[in-house]
Amino acid sequence: MSERTSNRIFDIVNVTFIALFVLFCLAPFIHVIAVSLSSTRAITSGEVTIFPIELNWKAYVQVFTDNAMIRSLIFTIILTVATTVLCMLFTVAAAYPLTKSKLKGRTMFMYLIIITMFFSGGIIPEYLLIRDLHMIDSVWSLILPGLVSPFNLIILISFFRSIPPSLEESAEIDGSSHIRTLLKIVLPLSMPVMATLALFYAVGRWNGFQDSLMYINNPDLYPLQLKLFQMVQNNMITELTNLEGAARTKLPPESLKAATVVFATVPILVVYPWLQKYFVSGVMLGAVKG
Amino acid sequence: MSKASYIRRYWQLYALLSLPIMYFLIFRYGPMYGVQIAFKDFNLFQGINGSEWIGFDAFREVFGMKEFYSSLRNTFMLNFLDLIVSFPAPIILAIMLYEVKSVWFKKISQTLLYIPHFISWVIIGGIVYQLFGNQSGMVNGVLESMGLNPIPFLTEKNPWLITYLFTGVWQSAGWGTILYLAALTGVNRELFEAAEVDGATRMKKIFYITLPSIKPTIITLLILNLGKMVSIGFDRPYIIGNTAVREYSDVLSTFVYRIGLESGQYTLATVVGLFQAVVGLVFILGSNYISKKVTGDGIL
Repeated sequence: MSERTSNRIFDIVNVTFIALFVLFCLAPFIHVIAVSLSSTRAITSGEVTIFPIELNWKAYVQVFTDNAMIRSLIFTIILTVATTVLCMLFTVAAAYPLTKSKLKGRTMFMYLIIITMFFSGGIIPEYLLIRDLHMIDSVWSLILPGLVSPFNLIILISFFRSIPPSLEESAEIDGSSHIRTLLKIVLPLSMPVMATLALFYAVGRWNGFQDSLMYINNPDLYPLQLKLFQMVQNNMITELTNLEGAARTKLPPESLKAATVVFATVPILVVYPWLQKYFVSGVMLGAVKG
Repeated sequence: MSKASYIRRYWQLYALLSLPIMYFLIFRYGPMYGVQIAFKDFNLFQGINGSEWIGFDAFREVFGMKEFYSSLRNTFMLNFLDLIVSFPAPIILAIMLYEVKSVWFKKISQTLLYIPHFISWVIIGGIVYQLFGNQSGMVNGVLESMGLNPIPFLTEKNPWLITYLFTGVWQSAGWGTILYLAALTGVNRELFEAAEVDGATRMKKIFYITLPSIKPTIITLLILNLGKMVSIGFDRPYIIGNTAVREYSDVLSTFVYRIGLESGQYTLATVVGLFQAVVGLVFILGSNYISKKVTGDGIL
């Protein structure tokens, strides 16, 4: 076999394997989308794999006319945006001063922050703290505890450090204050990393589940993940009890569950491709040690 | 610089720093203050300061609990099996992606491969039930239509273990390639050209150039992963797990939640949490030390 053909075979096999793996990553979504668009009859008879059968939109109509679901969606969107904005403000406010090596106490502050990456009080003391602060059943319990991720902070500090100091120095000579330099020079140069961190914070909040399970009892403040979790739990109960006949038909149809899963996934898939080119470089920055 | 001019020059920076530092003191160090209830007979009405000191009594009780040992064992077991199954996948995938010549194919596959990383465990849980449920799961539907017996992927411990590990590979394999691909961008292309002149095949180039150049990354990540053996997330075992497979799915994080917040045994749960935090710290520092010895590079 000539070298060229063996090369060619290698490429074909390689590309095929990658394509199969991509399919492996996407297949579950495709199946869920197919189920969400199929009729109950086709689903229960096990006909649906990757194509919808007896195509209909009923499940989506039901999701979008479910007031509690829509309210939860709107609440989660507002919560995610607010959390992301606050997280970014706090992270930038912490990162910029900590890039200044002349700042007195800088090392102490760095230690104060880094220690929290390796040791934490655990969820029970955290719960008791939130309780003592009267934040149970308050949106603040979902926003404040995760305001600054030390990991993200270190990514941002190392990015700020990579900006040539001469730029900042010349601004300072012109009499620019620190905050002005930060806003006019440093931040505009940091947009890729800012976008990456905002994505990390937003995805973290959107996907966050344990804190709402611990701190929120009021159904009006249920984030989407908690609502979804209850649905998953119902699935589990049916798995374990083997409901038959009438009890089974009372359960929400599979297509509705599938539509809800799609409904909670789509917002991430909409935002994600726009930010992808940024976060790859952001992750690499994070890999360079802090 | 005089004190007054130092303050004039830097007060804005301290002002910026003050809010995040307050955040760290309240929300990160505040719980550390609460850790003392591990040594107290805590009850909600007397609060942290009002409860009585009991020394190591709660530790003795925890170390006498059978469930504590099973959750500890499961934490190690799930983490270890996860490492065996999920660790090699991104390495292989990264090497394969590196060999792809078509830029658009590479880009599109990377975009699609990263998606599972951004999907929450709750959603993954929902998808897992759609796929692997006994009654309405697609996989069992297919098995049945082929005349095979359904497999209890979610309700029997060994099949459940496979489901658990499978979700891990699915979620992390694509995302894990980023660091390896980053390491590969630093490889000198001339090495490949030189190897070609010497008549090396593609496989030889992979084994003698590509693999050695990501070896330091592999070793570092492996050691760091070993350092995280005692820490386990809450969402994945809690959502994918259930009472039927608790013998395997109950890990330290879910155990703490169950005895602490579901049964109100705050002191015992705090003891377990503290144990996990301290052992976890020892593991991380140990792995970091080893990583520095072996590769000259650590995370600290």
